[in-house]
Amino acid sequence: MKVLTDNFALYGKGFLGTVELTVYASVLALVLGFLMASFRVAPVGSFRVFGTVWVAVLRNTPLTLLFFAVLLGLPRFGLVLPFEVFAVLALGCYTSAFICEALRSGINTVPKGQGEAARSLGMTFSQTLGTVVLPQAFRSVIPPIGSTIIALAKNSAIAGAFSVTELLGTYKSLNELGYSIIWTFVWIAVGYLIITLTISALFHVLEKRWGVAR
Amino acid sequence: MTADSTALYDIPGPRTRKRHMLYGVLSTVLIAGLVAWVLYLLFDTDQFTSAKWSPFEYKGIQELLLRGLGNTLKAFAYAAVLSLALGGVLAIGRLSVHRPVRWVATLLVEFFRAMPVLVMIFFIFVALKVQPLPALVTGLTLYNGSVLAEIFRTGIGNVERGQREAAYALGMRKTQVMTYVLVPQAVRAMLPTIISQLVVTLKDTSLGYLITYEEFLHAGKLIASNLDYDLPFIPVVMVISPIYIGMCMLLSWFANWTARRQKRNPKTEAVDVGPAEPGTLLPGVQ
Repeated sequence: MKVLTDNFALYGKGFLGTVELTVYASVLALVLGFLMASFRVAPVGSFRVFGTVWVAVLRNTPLTLLFFAVLLGLPRFGLVLPFEVFAVLALGCYTSAFICEALRSGINTVPKGQGEAARSLGMTFSQTLGTVVLPQAFRSVIPPIGSTIIALAKNSAIAGAFSVTELLGTYKSLNELGYSIIWTFVWIAVGYLIITLTISALFHVLEKRWGVAR
Repeated sequence: MTADSTALYDIPGPRTRKRHMLYGVLSTVLIAGLVAWVLYLLFDTDQFTSAKWSPFEYKGIQELLLRGLGNTLKAFAYAAVLSLALGGVLAIGRLSVHRPVRWVATLLVEFFRAMPVLVMIFFIFVALKVQPLPALVTGLTLYNGSVLAEIFRTGIGNVERGQREAAYALGMRKTQVMTYVLVPQAVRAMLPTIISQLVVTLKDTSLGYLITYEEFLHAGKLIASNLDYDLPFIPVVMVISPIYIGMCMLLSWFANWTARRQKRNPKTEAVDVGPAEPGTLLPGVQ
């Protein structure tokens, strides 16, 4: 307990860092994932290819390698941004591939008649997708997207090892201060549990509010 | 594309086809432009100079990379075998008829799935002062083992009820029902999901880099930070990532192949398995 009360400010900073990373990266991942999912079902061939390649490559890239390449590689091109921004980029792009797959399988759960009906009303592709299919798909993808976001929150720990301020990284400073290393980790674990449980509660509420049983 | 997505748009007529062609050409030009820009940047920042690529000609460096790759595969092999075993044990625990056993197994599975793998690996490495390889393997085993336990459990739960009932009706005992009837059917049906989870394990072995385990990425980092070769960071990434991504893609492709093969296999008809969940705590979704 003493480890937590003595270093509340340090823990707080790390906790907020993780929350910030998670929030920004999930916004990026949702936007990119949405974009890629619409690319993957688009009528234009080159969009489909681009979406497919994006998903296939990012899903099979180890996140550590991506962090390695983005955080240490991009500065070689003269692109110097704060490490936090790089971390959000890496996490967001990585997770967008999983969001895209969740959305795409969600689109497949919408009955075909819905798309056909929209088309027979004369709607264009973007209208069909945006106003008819996706709002229905959204309801059935809440649980998979929830678990993807939880995975994102857990993956953000990797950013800490690349010297971004976040929860896991706090162990280094506490270790140097000579606190009990086991208790340090217990409180870090509690911090992650709080974050993942909050996300899961949030998505549980969303699911209750909008989810449908198909 | 497949037939299911064409419900989203009409079969294009001549004008739409022209328009789509235009979009296609424009976007291809845009992507080609981006690629060209990246190539220009690569040349502009002198990434293709012979000084930066020469290290790959040396035998010592090739051996260093190969050793790294070997260590990655070693960690993957240990972690895969151990997590399959742990997953089996935990799944049996969760399906046990004895309540305390069930509770303990559930608690373990839920806890290890909720923790970031890296936190576990660091805890074992830093707090318990274990060597990098065992620390990495233990961390990966705990996490992937509990995810696999969940896969096994749902797989066995998804075997059609009639199978279990018929087996009991034949007078089989609970262990016999499990080993002769439920597990053989469930394992066949779960194979794609299990392999997909092994892809995650393979990807996560790269976390060993962060605890100074001498794996593939670590070997790359050693070469990349060598001043003699003008810090060949980008060349190293260009060599390492295709190999890494290729290995994972190969395994993913194998998972897809087994899944496709199973669709027409009568032996798995009685089981319906969903995709693996990357560790959830969603109470409503089970």
